[in-house]
Amino acid sequence: MSLTLKKNITRPFIALFAGLLLAGILFTAAEAQNPTPTDNEVNAVAKQLYCPVCENISLDVCPTTACAQWRTLIREQLAEGKTAEEIKEYFVANYGDRVLSTPPTRGFNWLVYILPPLIFLGGVFLVYRVFRSMKTRKPEKPVVPPAEPVDLSQTDPYLAQIEAELEQHRKHGQ
Amino acid sequence: MVSNFGFGALAITLVVSIYGIFAAVYGARKNSLAWVESARKAMLLTFPLISLVALSIIYLLVTGDYQVQYVYNVTSSTMPIYLKVTALWGGQAGSLIFWSLLLSAFASAVTLRKWDRDREFLPWVIVVALVTLVFFVGMSLFFENPFVRFWQTAGGAEAVAMFRPAGATDLAPFDGRGLNPLLRHPGMIIHPPMLYLGFVSFVIPFAFAIAALVTGRTDDRWIRVTRRWTLVAWLFLSLGLLLGSRWAYDVLGWGGYWAWDPVEIAAFMPFLSGTAFLHSVMIQEKRGLFKRWNMVLIILTYSLVIFGTFLTRSGVLSSVHAFSQSAIGPLFFGYIGITFAVSLALLLHRWNALRSEGEMHSLLSREALFLLNNLLFMGILVVCFWGVLFPLISELFTGQKVTVGPPFYERSTGPLFAGLLLLMGVAPLSAWGHSTVKTLGKAMWKPFIVSLLVPVLAFALGVRAPMAFVAFWLCGFVALITLYEYYRGVAARHRKNGENVFLALWNLMGRNRRRYGGYIIHLGVVLIALGIIGIEMFQTETQGTIPPGGKMSLSGYTISFDKLDIFDTADGRNVARAVVSVERDGKALGQLYPRRDYYYDSQQPMTIPGVRSTMEDDLYVLLVDWEPISSTGVTFKVYHNPLVNWLWLGGFVFIFGTLVAAWPEKEPEPVRVSAVNRKTTSPGVQSAD
Repeated sequence: MSLTLKKNITRPFIALFAGLLLAGILFTAAEAQNPTPTDNEVNAVAKQLYCPVCENISLDVCPTTACAQWRTLIREQLAEGKTAEEIKEYFVANYGDRVLSTPPTRGFNWLVYILPPLIFLGGVFLVYRVFRSMKTRKPEKPVVPPAEPVDLSQTDPYLAQIEAELEQHRKHGQ
Repeated sequence: MVSNFGFGALAITLVVSIYGIFAAVYGARKNSLAWVESARKAMLLTFPLISLVALSIIYLLVTGDYQVQYVYNVTSSTMPIYLKVTALWGGQAGSLIFWSLLLSAFASAVTLRKWDRDREFLPWVIVVALVTLVFFVGMSLFFENPFVRFWQTAGGAEAVAMFRPAGATDLAPFDGRGLNPLLRHPGMIIHPPMLYLGFVSFVIPFAFAIAALVTGRTDDRWIRVTRRWTLVAWLFLSLGLLLGSRWAYDVLGWGGYWAWDPVEIAAFMPFLSGTAFLHSVMIQEKRGLFKRWNMVLIILTYSLVIFGTFLTRSGVLSSVHAFSQSAIGPLFFGYIGITFAVSLALLLHRWNALRSEGEMHSLLSREALFLLNNLLFMGILVVCFWGVLFPLISELFTGQKVTVGPPFYERSTGPLFAGLLLLMGVAPLSAWGHSTVKTLGKAMWKPFIVSLLVPVLAFALGVRAPMAFVAFWLCGFVALITLYEYYRGVAARHRKNGENVFLALWNLMGRNRRRYGGYIIHLGVVLIALGIIGIEMFQTETQGTIPPGGKMSLSGYTISFDKLDIFDTADGRNVARAVVSVERDGKALGQLYPRRDYYYDSQQPMTIPGVRSTMEDDLYVLLVDWEPISSTGVTFKVYHNPLVNWLWLGGFVFIFGTLVAAWPEKEPEPVRVSAVNRKTTSPGVQSAD
C-alpha cells in the first residue's frame, strides 16, 4: 500500500523531472538551431567585406567559389554567436586590411583621408584669393554691363554673325 | 601571311607618323607651306594605313586563326560573327589599335577643315595628333603587338613571337578561349567605342590648345574652333559612361549600376575635368577671364584621357607587382608625365600673354559661380584620383594592400555633387559680370516657393529620411528653375511676337542652342540625380531559398518560384533559367526569368537578372544558387530599386540636350535683320518681367 502510495507520489515527480529534462533538451536544441543565420544576416556582414581575390567586389555579390566559401565561413561564425565586428576582425587578421571597404584610420592610411580635403582647401583658398584681388582692385572704369544685369550671352550669336559675315566679306573681296 | 601584312602596315604607320611630325615642325619653323602640306598628307595617310591594320585583325578574328595569340585569347569558334568582329576591342592589344584608328580618323577629319583663318595652328595640331599616334602605334608595335603567334620550337617548347623562331613550326590551338562572357553583351559592343570616341576626340581641343601656346596666338580663337569638338567628345564620353552603367546593371548582377571601380573612375575622371572645361571656357569667351586655368584644364583632360585608356584595359594598377611586371605601365606613366610637363612648360612660357582681360566684380556673377563649379568638379576629381592611386601607393610604401571602396567615394563626393546640383540651378540665373542678391532673388523666388512643395509631397508619399528631403528638394528646385527659364523665354516670345507656344519654344532654342541645349542637359542631370537618390537611399534587398511554389516578399512585392530549366545552347552555354511569378497586393504582375549562363569555352558563369521595370521602381531578381535536383529549392536574391529608371531617362534627356547644344548653326542671317529682330524678339531674362 505504502509502496503503491509511494509509487503514486513518485510517478508525477518522475514525470515532471522527465518533462523538465525533455523540455530542457528541446529548449537547448532549439537554441542551438535558432542561430542558423539567414542569407540576409550573412549578406549584411558580407556587404562590409571585400573579396581578397577579386578586386573591388564586395563579398555579398561576388560570384566566385572562393567567395561562396567565405560566405559559408561568415555563416558559421554568426552561428557561433560572433558579432559582425568580430567577424570583420577575423577576416582582417587572416587576409589583411584589404578586406575592409575603406582603409582603417591609422598610420599611413590617414593620407587617403587627409590629402583630398587639404587639396580642396587649397583650391578654396585659391578661389578666395581670386575673389579678394577682385575686391581690393575695385573697378576704376565702369564694368561692361553695370546699368542692367543683362545676360551678355544673348548678344553672343550676333557677335558670331558679325564675325562670320566679315569672313564672307573678306572672301568675296579676295 | 595576314599577320605579317598587318604588322607591316603598322610599322609603316609609325614611320609615316614620325615623318609627319618632323615635316610639320620643320614647315612651321621655316614657314614653308609645302612642308606643312606634306605633314598634312602624312596625317591623312595614317588613317587608311591603320584601317588596314584593323582589317587584318578583324580578318584573323573572323577566320579564327588561333595561331595568333590575340585571336586565341578573345574568340572561339562558337562565337557569332558580330562578336568576332567586335572582339577587335575585346582585349588590350586590339583596343590599342582601335584607339589609334579612331584617333587617326578624328585627326584626319580635323586636318580636312577650312584653315583659312588659323593656318598657323595647322602644323602644331598635326604634331600633337601624330605624337599621340606615335605613342600608341609604337606601343602596339613593340609591346602589345596584336599579331604575335604561337610557335613550337625545335626543342618542342611553346613560344610566342611575331616571327618564326629558327627551326620552329606553326602551333595553332584547335580553338580559342573565347571572349570574356561579360563582354558578350550588346552594351559591351557599343560601350567601348563610345568611351574611346570620347577619349580620342578630347585630343583635338588639346591639340589646338597646344597650337595656341606654341604659336602665341593666345586669344580665344582655339576655344571657338574646338567648341564643337569638345561638345562631341563630351557627348561620346557621357554616352560611354551611361552605356557602361546600364551594362553593369543588366549584366554584372549585383543590383547596381556603378561600383566606384578604378576602371569606371578612370573613364569618369576625364569627364569631370572635361565638364569643368566646358563651363570654364564660357567665362573666357564672354569675359576674357581664366585663360590660364582653361589651359590647365584641357592639359589635365588630355593626361586623364591617356591615363583612362591605360587603366581601362590593362588592370596593371591593381598591384605594384602587376605594374612593375608590365612593360606598358611605366611607359604609359612616362608618356603622361612627359606630355604633362611639356604642356605645362609651354603654358608657363606664355603665362603673361594669358593674363585675364577683365576682372571679376561680383561674388554672384555667372563667372564667379562657374569658378565655384570648377572648384567642386576639381574636388571630386581629386577624390577620384587619389582613391584610385592610393592602394598602389600604400602597397609601395607599406607593403600593405588596402581597398578604397564605394563608402570612401560616396561620403567624400556626395556633398560636392549636391553643391554642384545647387549651382546648376542658380548659376544660369546670374548674369555675366554682375549680379546681386536682389537680382538673383528676383529671378528665383517663385521656383523656390514652389519647390518647397517637393519635400511635403515626399513626406506624404512616405519618405522619412532627413537627407532624402534635402536631396529631393534640391532636384525639384533645380528642375523648377530651369523649366521657369524656358517658361519666361517662351512667354516673352509669345507676348512680343504672338508666336504660339511650340513655335516660341522652337525659336527660343534655335536662337541660342548652346544655352537652351545646356538647360536640357541640366534637366537630364536632375533626372539622373533622382534615379541615383532612389537607388542609393532606398534600395532594399533580401535573399532566400524557396522550393517550387514557395514565396519570398520584399517591399510589397511577392515572388513565387515556378520552375527551373537547365539546358545547353548551340553557342556553347549551359543555361539555368528560373521562372518566377511576381505579384503585388494580390495582383499578378507577370513572370521574370532570372538565369545563370555558364560558358564552356571560357569556363565562366554569368548571372543575368530578371527585371520588372517601371518608372516607380525596379524589381531585380537574381538566380543565386540551386540544388542539383531543382525540386529541393532555389536561392534567389531580390533587389528593390526605387526610381532607378529615371536615371536612364535622364541619360536620354542629357544626350538630347548635348545634341541640341552641339548641332551646327544654320547659315547666319544678315546682321541687319537680326539686329532689328533683336530689338523686338529678344527672349530671356530681361524681357520677361
